[in-house]
Amino acid sequence: MTATLDAPRTAAPRVNPPPRNPAGTLLSILAWVIGVLFVLPVLWMVLTSLHSEENAATNPPSLFAPLTLDGYANFFGAQTGTSPWPALLNSLTASVLSTALVLVLAIPAAYALSIRPVRKWTDVLFFFLSTKMLPVVAGLLPVYLIAQSIGMLDNIWLLIILYTSMNLPIAVWMMRSFLAEVPVEVLEAASIDGCSLPRTLRTVVVPMVLPGIAATSLICFIFSWNELLFARVLTATVAQTAPVFLTGFVTSQGLFLATVCAASVVVSLPVLIAGFAAQDKLVQGLSLGAIK
Amino acid sequence: MSTALEPQTSPDSQQVAGQSAALRRAGDWARRAPLLPALIFLIIVTQLPFVGTLVISFMNWNAYYPDEVGFAGFDNYRRVLTDVTTRDSIITTIVLTVSVVLVSLVLGLAIALLLDRTFRGRGFVRTMMITPFLIVPVAAALLWKHALFNPEYGLFNGVLTWIFGENAPQPDWISTMPLTAVVASLVWQWTPFMMLILLAGLQSKPLDVIEAAKIDGCTSWQIFRHMTFPHLRQYLELGGLLGSIYIVQNFDAVFTITSGGLGTANLPYTIYQIFYNAHDFGRASAAGVIVVIGTIIIATLALRTVSSLFREEGAR
Repeated sequence: MTATLDAPRTAAPRVNPPPRNPAGTLLSILAWVIGVLFVLPVLWMVLTSLHSEENAATNPPSLFAPLTLDGYANFFGAQTGTSPWPALLNSLTASVLSTALVLVLAIPAAYALSIRPVRKWTDVLFFFLSTKMLPVVAGLLPVYLIAQSIGMLDNIWLLIILYTSMNLPIAVWMMRSFLAEVPVEVLEAASIDGCSLPRTLRTVVVPMVLPGIAATSLICFIFSWNELLFARVLTATVAQTAPVFLTGFVTSQGLFLATVCAASVVVSLPVLIAGFAAQDKLVQGLSLGAIK
Repeated sequence: MSTALEPQTSPDSQQVAGQSAALRRAGDWARRAPLLPALIFLIIVTQLPFVGTLVISFMNWNAYYPDEVGFAGFDNYRRVLTDVTTRDSIITTIVLTVSVVLVSLVLGLAIALLLDRTFRGRGFVRTMMITPFLIVPVAAALLWKHALFNPEYGLFNGVLTWIFGENAPQPDWISTMPLTAVVASLVWQWTPFMMLILLAGLQSKPLDVIEAAKIDGCTSWQIFRHMTFPHLRQYLELGGLLGSIYIVQNFDAVFTITSGGLGTANLPYTIYQIFYNAHDFGRASAAGVIVVIGTIIIATLALRTVSSLFREEGAR
């Protein structure tokens, strides 16, 4: 306990040179140890994915077994013949298109909530947020029944629409906080020059908040890519996404640990890349824009 | 917020005040126009289905008996609340959510305090900490189930063999402690989330005031107790409430690690089963409505916290 309580004292020297006391060194080592412990399962996953199935399933673990890409070959269908590519491409389609749709809807909405706000704009903003809190499972059945009656089951466009609605509140909140930082003078100049709203958005506002748009897109992409419940219930063989493909590994099938780990690595890779790229804005997205 | 916007809105509203009401209405609609596509889309896709759920929850509707569809009154609710499986899953949901949120908040706070200091490789440690959150939830659950918890070749029992040799205990983690196993994997994924929010809170605390307190001879405990902690409180609330909203809805970990067996079925999983396997649409909807009522209670608190942060930002 005392170890953690010392932290505020050593926190202030962010402006001063780093502390040189033994307690500080100990706390730094502790931080490193905890960081390594948290990342260890991921490293273990990567290492196991590079072992042969025989070496992956030993007890005690064989750390220094020879590396091979057999696990990845198996995941891509070397033995079973079922390729994960359709599922990966479906995930990519659903994530990219829903993110694009989110941006098209969210940027004008955020404009109407920050730069030229409508009356009671805070109420509207909180309405957006409240829809995010409605559990997905509560609306699942009607969505299923409607999709069934209009023949949209197992159709990637259904997922695109649902993922758009899932991410729209987050995007509106994030984009609002980015747009609020655009200087007024720039927009006044544009309106004096006779710019229409779509043109102002496209040529003036969007270029100024490009980093914010990038961060918003990456976070929407991550959430769409990760989603399982909708995809599991509403898709089958044609439109199944990568997480649904992964559920094929839920039950053990003999020697398959390297393949499972290879599958997990491949499916997580886009999220890891997007997440590390958006690292600085991640917290803002996760707190729905509440924290800068 | 309002202070930042005033210069933009006030000249407009003065102009508008002088003109006719018709023009003002037209101006209002011009302001609303960019908002409407998003708003209408969201109402159609998220609110209307819930109305459907509400209606179906009062109906007797099982897809296996299509001839018996009709009005059921509160029958579904009575069945949901008296059924042992659903009642157990309500308790499981509460235990799962509370334990994951509390443990990851405490761990997240400790780690955020450790990272709110200057030391060699701080950015790298932060990146390592974030990594678990960036593993696709199904993949993370598969990793814990097969690569860590497996009694024969999982890493945990492998490490036990390393330490204790041939006669090491080799527990079957998922069978002996199923709920703890699910909680452990979720804590691993959600501690980074809490850590990020709390670290943002720590780094926004007023350094000059703390500096002054130190010069006045305050101990580090006094500074933590009376300055850091009150400042951090709303970030703790935000992390806890947002975490609850996501974890109440958790489906991936329960589905993957235990497939809802061994008393780990939470409400989302149970509703999925009633709907997907039993095809009892009426009962699934009634359970869905109950989840929503529970979530509204948490959500009201969450919205209050977010709006207090929001007002503080505006006051700045």
